[in-house]
Amino acid sequence: MTQDPITLYRSMLVIRECEAQLNDLFAKNLFPGYIHSYLGQEACAVGICCDLNDTDYIVSNHRGRGHYLAKGMALKPMIAEMLGKATGICGGRGGEMHAADPALGILGGNGIVGAGMPIGAGAALAAQMDGLGAVAVVFFGEGASNNGAFGETLNIAAAWKLPLIMVCENNLYAEMTPFSQTVGQPDVAARATGYGVVSEIVDGNDVLAVQAAAGRAVERARSGFGATLLELKTYRWGGHFEGDPRKYRTREEEVEWKARCPVARYRTHLLDVTGVQEDRLTTLEAAVAAEVAQAVTYALDSPLPAPETALLKVFAA
Amino acid sequence: MPTKTYCWAIIDAMCEEMARDDKVFLIGEDVAVAGGAFGASRGLLDAFGPMRVRDTPISEEIIVGMGVGAAMAGRRPIVEIMFIDFLGLCLDQIANQAAKTHYIYDGLFKMPLVIRTSSAVEMGIGPHHSQAWEAIVAHIPGLKVVMPSTPRDAKGLLKSAIRDDNPVIFIEHIAMHRIKEEIEDDDDFLIPIGKADVKRVGTDVTVVASGLMVARALAAADLLAKDGISVEVIDPRTISPLDFDTITASVSKTSRCLVVSSSHKNFGFGSEVAAEIGERTFFDLDQPVRRLSPPFTPAPFGRQFDQFLNPDTDAIVAAVRELMA
Repeated sequence: MTQDPITLYRSMLVIRECEAQLNDLFAKNLFPGYIHSYLGQEACAVGICCDLNDTDYIVSNHRGRGHYLAKGMALKPMIAEMLGKATGICGGRGGEMHAADPALGILGGNGIVGAGMPIGAGAALAAQMDGLGAVAVVFFGEGASNNGAFGETLNIAAAWKLPLIMVCENNLYAEMTPFSQTVGQPDVAARATGYGVVSEIVDGNDVLAVQAAAGRAVERARSGFGATLLELKTYRWGGHFEGDPRKYRTREEEVEWKARCPVARYRTHLLDVTGVQEDRLTTLEAAVAAEVAQAVTYALDSPLPAPETALLKVFAA
Repeated sequence: MPTKTYCWAIIDAMCEEMARDDKVFLIGEDVAVAGGAFGASRGLLDAFGPMRVRDTPISEEIIVGMGVGAAMAGRRPIVEIMFIDFLGLCLDQIANQAAKTHYIYDGLFKMPLVIRTSSAVEMGIGPHHSQAWEAIVAHIPGLKVVMPSTPRDAKGLLKSAIRDDNPVIFIEHIAMHRIKEEIEDDDDFLIPIGKADVKRVGTDVTVVASGLMVARALAAADLLAKDGISVEVIDPRTISPLDFDTITASVSKTSRCLVVSSSHKNFGFGSEVAAEIGERTFFDLDQPVRRLSPPFTPAPFGRQFDQFLNPDTDAIVAAVRELMA
């Protein structure tokens, strides 16, 4: 474990604050398009990414801000990208479902559920060919596990011993349908066995458990033993997108899961087990909130890209 | 200059480019041990080893998707989809991922991916192995679509495709694998993508023909020459981006144009050429642009159907005579 506890907590806080403040923007009609909130899943991204190197790859999905931030993407250009601004990391043309930073190994998000898995396998193949011990991580939801790309990816990852970590964030809802209604086997991890891929089920709201499982998977991949599927059991606090009336679940269930908040849980751990003084955390929380607020202001104040730039960069020169 | 078959031209192009750049690799169904379903990657496994030449499972989405991911991670993949009819299984990775990655991410990634695939139009192997789908992929911005009709073009264009930083759909035709042509013996012999070739110079009629139809158009031109009709034959070689400058310059000269294609008229290649001519050079035309294509049906199993459905030399001759009437 290379990350100190405060850094780990800070990473979760940045995501929490970012999601909360972007939801506020959406409520004020200041956010263009859809917003797929990562609230409630912070321990997943942070636990997986906290010990990765810049030379390791991640491939994200439509619910990607947690992944981007946990892998180190700078706040200002990330939030500006989400708002489609010219100062965004992709000039504002990627938007809410697409951000990338090759220098950090962040190979983008996706608007197509499931499409990132083959791309992650390709990054893992490149890493295998390079032979320098890098790994690739692909994030997807349990809904994407019902896409054909899931089976194709598991199979080739096993056949070719790819240094790939397939991270399924099982937040119980495939868009607006309970996952349990769409499968005969509710554990995504169970499917890996049939393909010859090692898998683990992990409490996705426990950042230390996720970090430990990620460590085992990364070690296997770096050592040439191939892929692992990690199923992180978690909960999506919001709807599929903000504004989703969430008819498919009860408000009581939401209250129950919010009581298992991954950020509060780790905070309690820091106070009770690690012995961190609470004022240190309070100070950190205020600092992170201010930093995110500054980034949001920066993004709001940034210009939109000029419409005629839509004609540029269809092809690489 | 050495004489090579179309098939060996493709092998040579990959071999030379893999030797030139160790970031180039080849994956696909049966490409390694078997040397390709049609023999178009023979010897590459022995030359470059199993890390760079790999047989995949029959999983088209992962084949193309791994190419996309590996390209984002700095490699220059060549992936093979055995028949163009199988593109439906991986169209998301082609149209939404490969085609748009450079654009969406504002140029942060290049996409030097070659998707080699084969057309078997007119080979009598039924409705799932006989389609001309170049127009489907040509409709997607961000893709280049290349369809060579001679061994020399195949080699020069495939080498250009491998060196290109953009995704290229490279369509080979199995029926042309054994035709031979002299090819420059030069490791840097390239033919530019996006440049049409005037395969025969003429003055009376322009025939724009692609893929399998090029040789047929040239044969028709020979026959028509005996009657004093001078046909200019243009092979676009690249379907997208299409070289309209060469085509319209020819039509402005001849005033008549026939487009011959193995793909359907409906929303197709011929329609695109005809429409562009109409917009650019309508007042130079003496006759409406004509299109010759298979009717809008699938192709049943059996060569008799293929021969019935597809334009042949006689049909081209007849269409040119009508344009000259």
